[in-house]
Amino acid sequence: MTARRAVAFGAVGVLLLCCSLAVAITIGPADIRVGDVWAAVGSHLGFGTSELTPIRDGIVWQLRLPRTLLAAVCGAGLAVCGAVMQSLLRNPLADPFVLGVSSGASTGAVIVVVLGVGGGLVSVSAGAFAGALVSFALVLLLSHTFGGTTDRVVLAGVAAMQLFSALTSFIVLTAADAETTRGVLFWLLGSLGGVGWTDVWVCTAVLAVALVVFLSYGRTLDAFAFGQDAAATLGVSVARTRLVLLCATALLTAALVSSAGAIGFVGLVLPHAARALVGPGHTRLLPLTALAGAVFLVWVDTLARTVLDPQEVPVGVVTSLIGVPAFVVVLYRTRGVR
Amino acid sequence: MTNPGLPVDPGLPVDPGLPVDSGLPVDSGLPVDSGLPVDSGLPVDSGLHADRVSRRTDGRLILDGASLAPEPGSTVGLLGPNGSGKSTLLRLLAGLLAPTAGVVTLDGTPVADLPRRDIARRLAVVEQQADTQIELTALDVVRLGRVPHRRAWTPASAHDDEAVHAALDRTGLTDRAGQPWQTLSGGERQRVQIARALAQEPRELLLDEPTNHLDIHHQLDLLALVTALPVTTVVALHDLNLAAMYCDQVVVLHTGRVVACGAPGDVLTEQLIADVYGVRAAVSKDGPDGRPHVRFLGTLA
Repeated sequence: MTARRAVAFGAVGVLLLCCSLAVAITIGPADIRVGDVWAAVGSHLGFGTSELTPIRDGIVWQLRLPRTLLAAVCGAGLAVCGAVMQSLLRNPLADPFVLGVSSGASTGAVIVVVLGVGGGLVSVSAGAFAGALVSFALVLLLSHTFGGTTDRVVLAGVAAMQLFSALTSFIVLTAADAETTRGVLFWLLGSLGGVGWTDVWVCTAVLAVALVVFLSYGRTLDAFAFGQDAAATLGVSVARTRLVLLCATALLTAALVSSAGAIGFVGLVLPHAARALVGPGHTRLLPLTALAGAVFLVWVDTLARTVLDPQEVPVGVVTSLIGVPAFVVVLYRTRGVR
Repeated sequence: MTNPGLPVDPGLPVDPGLPVDSGLPVDSGLPVDSGLPVDSGLPVDSGLHADRVSRRTDGRLILDGASLAPEPGSTVGLLGPNGSGKSTLLRLLAGLLAPTAGVVTLDGTPVADLPRRDIARRLAVVEQQADTQIELTALDVVRLGRVPHRRAWTPASAHDDEAVHAALDRTGLTDRAGQPWQTLSGGERQRVQIARALAQEPRELLLDEPTNHLDIHHQLDLLALVTALPVTTVVALHDLNLAAMYCDQVVVLHTGRVVACGAPGDVLTEQLIADVYGVRAAVSKDGPDGRPHVRFLGTLA
């Protein structure tokens, strides 16, 4: 893999993402012409004026654009989390959803929203972060106790995911009124409906910080290819690296889950696709994984909100429908490997 | 102060700046209870030293006061039955484990006080059987050897590329650089790992039973390569005849203790093999260059 080819892939990825964003915001149930959509966005950015009515302008600027942008940020973040976890745990099936981290974040968020823990002082994101860390710690503890092999980590993740999903359901169904229940059920399914600009800014900021952390550990992640001891003999301080990177993935997952719920399998599928394109070196893999994840989720969300028009399918349902077959393929390819 | 010409107690701290022109008389009588430094004409604490290191795991003493001081540039074989503490000693030397007692030093500094990156820039490790699920080429693996030398956010320097190509060249892998790891044979994988270790530009190289699972041709080939390298090498080996052929010094471990050390011809005696391995053997001097050759006759009752 030459540097030039990696840069070419990156440029194509950025171009594809921009085009995807521009096209995706023009697609939707409200019958607004493509040119009007761009004019509305342009007017908000200070270029020219829009002739749309305030309501239609609101549909574009307050609904479609933040939703599409958040889809891109979520896709990028979840995919990068998956790539980092796969390398760090040496497990091709690792992903925030498969390992129950997303479910833990959901539970944390629901506890804050429904039970009012923290008395308003603790934000939903902080609750989600705490939940993500707890479930991550649980998975690592369980899998370590069972022997730490690939299948054990995944089984521990299944256990954590079931536990935290059950806890979330329990809290929602026992403590919440009907109104709140409808509002929080999306944390179980994963949905980009109803997100606003605040979600976009928070998630973008956390993604930017996490990406900088991940990229500064890019070469360190390469060194994990042959395991922890091999990484240590290549000069990596393994305990610190694991702590920093697992906290960063938990933080990023928590931020994304707080806004969009537990969207599954994005982190499982995209890193493998990106690896096939630019190889295993993380300084190239991580940016490309982020771009691929962003483009992927923009289109999956577009599909989710249009395929059963006027009804909307939660985006997490669609990613799972795509992700489970991919999971099976990865599982099949790693058969016989301990 | 230490005067040149006087024997130096290996247990005492020695001024690293002082040259010592006469090392210790090496005790070739058997059994000895600790490995002793070998005269090298260099400061006594240059290079990698283990000074009476012990390691206790779950209340069991795995290693009991072992010392090792390889002569710079030499090849030292670690011998001993399964569970005698060879791998543990190598892991202590690599700084992967901390000794319960005693100290491992690099140029006089305890490895526990050195940042991992500094250790990795001069000491490389080849594991028994390294494997990965990631689709890497031989070149990707060898490049990992430059990780401790590179900073984040900076591209590879010309010297990084030189070191990688020199390592590939030295191990005869230049033509195989693009080959995927998964398609390499066991012997080729070990070669790639050694090339990766060389790309680290180490002064010390530690290998844990690198010839396991290799056919005899690849065993000889690999040890010939390793012993010809201009680095200090400590290699754990199962095969006494390979150790006799390729090692300058051998250190024999038994239940965590060093029971013998010295030149293979002095150490590998019928009595020692009986004591340590519980095996009857006939030792002759008809190996290459008059080195000892061990013929096994059966187990001792």
